Amino acid sequence: MLTLIVVLPLVAAAVLATVRVSDAAARWAWLAVTLAELAAVVGVWLAYESPDAGALAFEQQVAWIPGVDSSYHVGVDGLSLPLVALTAVVFVACAIYSLHEQQRPRALAALFLFLQFTCFGLFVAADLLVFFVFFDLSIVAMYFVIAGWGHGERAARSALQFFLYTFLGSLALLLGFIGLYVLAEPHTFDMVRLTAEAPAATAGVQGGLVLAAVLLGLAVKTPTVPFHTWLPPAHTDAPAVGSAVLAGVLLKMGTYGFVRIAMPMLPSAWRAWAWVVLAVGLVSVLYGALVALAQTDLKRMIAYTSVNHMGYVVLAVGAAGLVSRSDAQAREVAVTGAVTQMVSHGLITAALFLLAGVLHRRAGSYDMGSYGGLAGPAPRFAGLFAVGAFASLGLPAFSGFIAEFQVFAGSVAATAWAAPALLGILVTAALFLRAMQQLLTGPTRGASEGFTDLGRTETTAIGSMLLLSLLVGVVPRPLLGVIEPAARSVVDAVAR
Amino acid sequence: MSAVLWLLVLVPAAAGAVLCTVGRRADRLAPWLSVATASAVLVLAAVAGLATGVPRVEVAFVADGPFGLAVDPLAAVVAPTVGAVTLLVLLFAAGDITADRARFHGLMLLFTAAVMVTVAATSLPTLLVGWEVMGATSYALIGFWWRDDDRVSAGATAFLTTRAADLGLYLAAGAALAGGAGLGLAELPAASPGWRDVVAAGVLVAALGKAAQLPFSFWLSRAMAGPSPVSALLHSAAMVAMGGYLLLRSAPLLAATGWAATTASWVGAITAVLLGAVALAQRDLKQLLAASTSAQLGFVVLAAGTSAVAGGTAHLVAHAATKAVLFLAAGAWLSALGTKQLAGLRGAARQWPVVGVAFGVGALALAGVVPLSLWATKDAVLAGAREQSTALYVVALAGAALSAAYAGKALLVVWRGVGGGPGRRAVEQEWDSEERGSRRVGWLEQAPLVVLAAGAAVLGVLALPPVGDALQRGLGVPAEPSAGPAELALSAVLALVVLAAVARWRAPEPAWALDWLKLEPLTDAVVVRPVLALAESLARFDDHVLDAGVTRVARGGLALGRLAGRTDVAVDAAVAAVAAGTRRLGSLARRPQTGQLHQYYLQTLAVLAAGAVLLLVVT
Repeated sequence: MLTLIVVLPLVAAAVLATVRVSDAAARWAWLAVTLAELAAVVGVWLAYESPDAGALAFEQQVAWIPGVDSSYHVGVDGLSLPLVALTAVVFVACAIYSLHEQQRPRALAALFLFLQFTCFGLFVAADLLVFFVFFDLSIVAMYFVIAGWGHGERAARSALQFFLYTFLGSLALLLGFIGLYVLAEPHTFDMVRLTAEAPAATAGVQGGLVLAAVLLGLAVKTPTVPFHTWLPPAHTDAPAVGSAVLAGVLLKMGTYGFVRIAMPMLPSAWRAWAWVVLAVGLVSVLYGALVALAQTDLKRMIAYTSVNHMGYVVLAVGAAGLVSRSDAQAREVAVTGAVTQMVSHGLITAALFLLAGVLHRRAGSYDMGSYGGLAGPAPRFAGLFAVGAFASLGLPAFSGFIAEFQVFAGSVAATAWAAPALLGILVTAALFLRAMQQLLTGPTRGASEGFTDLGRTETTAIGSMLLLSLLVGVVPRPLLGVIEPAARSVVDAVAR
Repeated sequence: MSAVLWLLVLVPAAAGAVLCTVGRRADRLAPWLSVATASAVLVLAAVAGLATGVPRVEVAFVADGPFGLAVDPLAAVVAPTVGAVTLLVLLFAAGDITADRARFHGLMLLFTAAVMVTVAATSLPTLLVGWEVMGATSYALIGFWWRDDDRVSAGATAFLTTRAADLGLYLAAGAALAGGAGLGLAELPAASPGWRDVVAAGVLVAALGKAAQLPFSFWLSRAMAGPSPVSALLHSAAMVAMGGYLLLRSAPLLAATGWAATTASWVGAITAVLLGAVALAQRDLKQLLAASTSAQLGFVVLAAGTSAVAGGTAHLVAHAATKAVLFLAAGAWLSALGTKQLAGLRGAARQWPVVGVAFGVGALALAGVVPLSLWATKDAVLAGAREQSTALYVVALAGAALSAAYAGKALLVVWRGVGGGPGRRAVEQEWDSEERGSRRVGWLEQAPLVVLAAGAAVLGVLALPPVGDALQRGLGVPAEPSAGPAELALSAVLALVVLAAVARWRAPEPAWALDWLKLEPLTDAVVVRPVLALAESLARFDDHVLDAGVTRVARGGLALGRLAGRTDVAVDAAVAAVAAGTRRLGSLARRPQTGQLHQYYLQTLAVLAAGAVLLLVVT
């Protein structure tokens, strides 16, 4: 089942890339495939039962490179299933949003389906080499999205910067993976076995060095301060759907790596480095929020809020490493919050980036100062933007609150040093209120005049993600029920 | 009964969400849908409040923090109060608000749902849900007329100020988890001592922010930019009052730490005095009422600090009715005359007697005149303070005297006749200075005033025997010190004397208090501007140091590449040179190989000779 979910977009991409179909057919085929994927993922979710700690559900394994004990090994658990679902949702929204895309829609559809293939593949991978292959393929696909469909003269440069920077990060990651392989006895790239046999193998100094390499690779991808500078230009120049996937799904590959690889496979090193991780998270939270506050370009602003939001995840996983100071319950709350935050940020930020894309479609500018009073000509846009902004600043009844409340409660309970991160949600509130005031309220002026309100496809694409965020915020149990057992096993694994 | 609890929250939430989503197409229907919903909420609140036992529902929510609602005795008093004021205010708004009605009523209903969650919350996450949604809807309601930048900024100021204080609740949640007490509100006092202090501090700060106590009071001044019905509901009966309510609910927690209770008492008492002075200094009726709200909530906070829970609750309820009628009357005049400046409201009470009498009753109650409501409820709070410390009592009594002064000031302005001629013209010049007045007040606006004024008149029974004793028993609080006849008489005389003095001489207008103690400019200078400057400099650092640094590293890579390229050329040249040398050697070696025998013999001879010479030399 998982393999089918992973491979279907690849097949569809290959067909769309080679068969000359009309633009309209390509757009609808793209939507049809993403919808089929979503249906399949919903099916998996419904059939899913939490596996035992350290095991995976829907497991499949086929030998690949037996010489280094690497196999095509896939499966899901409470850490990956929510992200698989997020991927399915975000890609459907992108396909809907692109139903009126005029710029080479067939190639775009093929590229996005390929990108979806890499995202699914990464989240279900249970082998480090498979993980790495998908990690790098996603970078390649996103490079082409930004370079081929980006706007602004600097799109090619931003794409190259994105590619080189994250590729460099992936090399550090590869180094770390090889280190894990070497330390394991017998040598293996299998994630399940590496997790199970981790403590003895990765205890010493070598474990610390391996963790350093892995952390560097993940920090670039997440991104955390100071490795985040590729993110704002990549977002600013990427097309709306590219930004949505980049922020919504691709960033999660970094944070997912923390809970999937770094923590359970290098527990003693993680405990030793927990304070560093916590500090990096804290700095990312505050620095990201403050720099976002100073932005005048909407897309750059949202990009920096991503640094802030991913900072909460890093903060929480750092706090979860403070084993000797806190009880397991608090650490479990923190990790649950971190995983929830990945899903929540994916939904909300993807919606915000699509909204930003609407600005560019209509008036060709992301400069907040050139708009004003948009609520007059475009009430639907204003309403959805306001909902997205409040969701993003962590208002209860949206998913962000569920995530951030648990991140804060768990982290502060683990160490009082996490408390300054609370200021992040205040600064985020300030910057979103300011953005709303500049864009939506006041007299209608500048680029807002004659602004066409959201069309049906745009409303559907953006509204559906915000609605999901609302649903998670009001009825969080179905999601948390999946995440909590996995969070518990991560916390237990770190404490070994 | 659990269905009633869920409906209490879900009915207004759903109706509000529908109205906000449908938007203008529902404008005609909106007032009636909202009034019907509010009636349902009131009935549900009353049913839940009158139920035997404590109706309680709970579902799993976030980890370790269930979403729980319960109508305990305290909530049983407050929830119907809020429901009643909401209904009356929405009736008023049905007449008063004429544009974008669906959005207005939708937001008001969402707000009502949030208040009901806050009132009935049994755990910290539940409380936060209600608490923060109240803040967000209040932002949207204050900035309801969004074309005015100033009103939207006022909403932002209110939201950001209260959210800054709300961080305390997040902190409290972490501390409660660490303190081993869990996230239930009732269990918070059981947290381990160090953590319990953090929990108490967090709750205290969050409540002081919402209740517009010092030093957060200034946001309430800005919030007056919102429509009058919003002020009547949010800034008297519901949202601001929820700050006081949370502290009343947390009185055992505050008392458990000791210092938190003392802090609350003093902050409340000092707010009652200083914001009373601010109210006295105002020349704008809504500003006066807003400052008075802070001051009156000060008494509730004081009650929570001194564990006078029953007295505080009575004061909260009576103040809700009193302040709602005052705000609605001010709103009726604002809509009719286009001004809320006291200068323009001279004699306004005589123009619409129903409004004038209702305002008069409210103002006299606010002043603490016998036998109206706040006279008795305030004395119940003061009795608690006297038990605690005399200094506290004196300060609070000064606050009571100030409320008589500012209430008297407002009362005299609107009721004193202006006569004809130049005085009248000066007043009329002020009309329409803020919006175009309609010169009429409809029955929809007048009817709720009558009901609220009646409440303001009689709700004092909550603090007097026998109802007051019943309230204490119902709340299950230990017997509280109640005001004796002497104290009741003292405060009654005090109120009358102050009123007479204000009528005889003009009320003093302390200039230092006109600008709300300069709290907003102070916050701006100490917090807002430094943060913005920090943000700007960090953004510059990000662009010019971090990003540029990465680019420089990349350029370094390119330069390294070029260097490697040059080295490559050199190596290549060296290889070529070696090759050329070898070739030359090769061609040199070819030269002797001529193929002619005589030359080979000659070469052999030369080699042999050289060999012989070598042999001779060596031996």
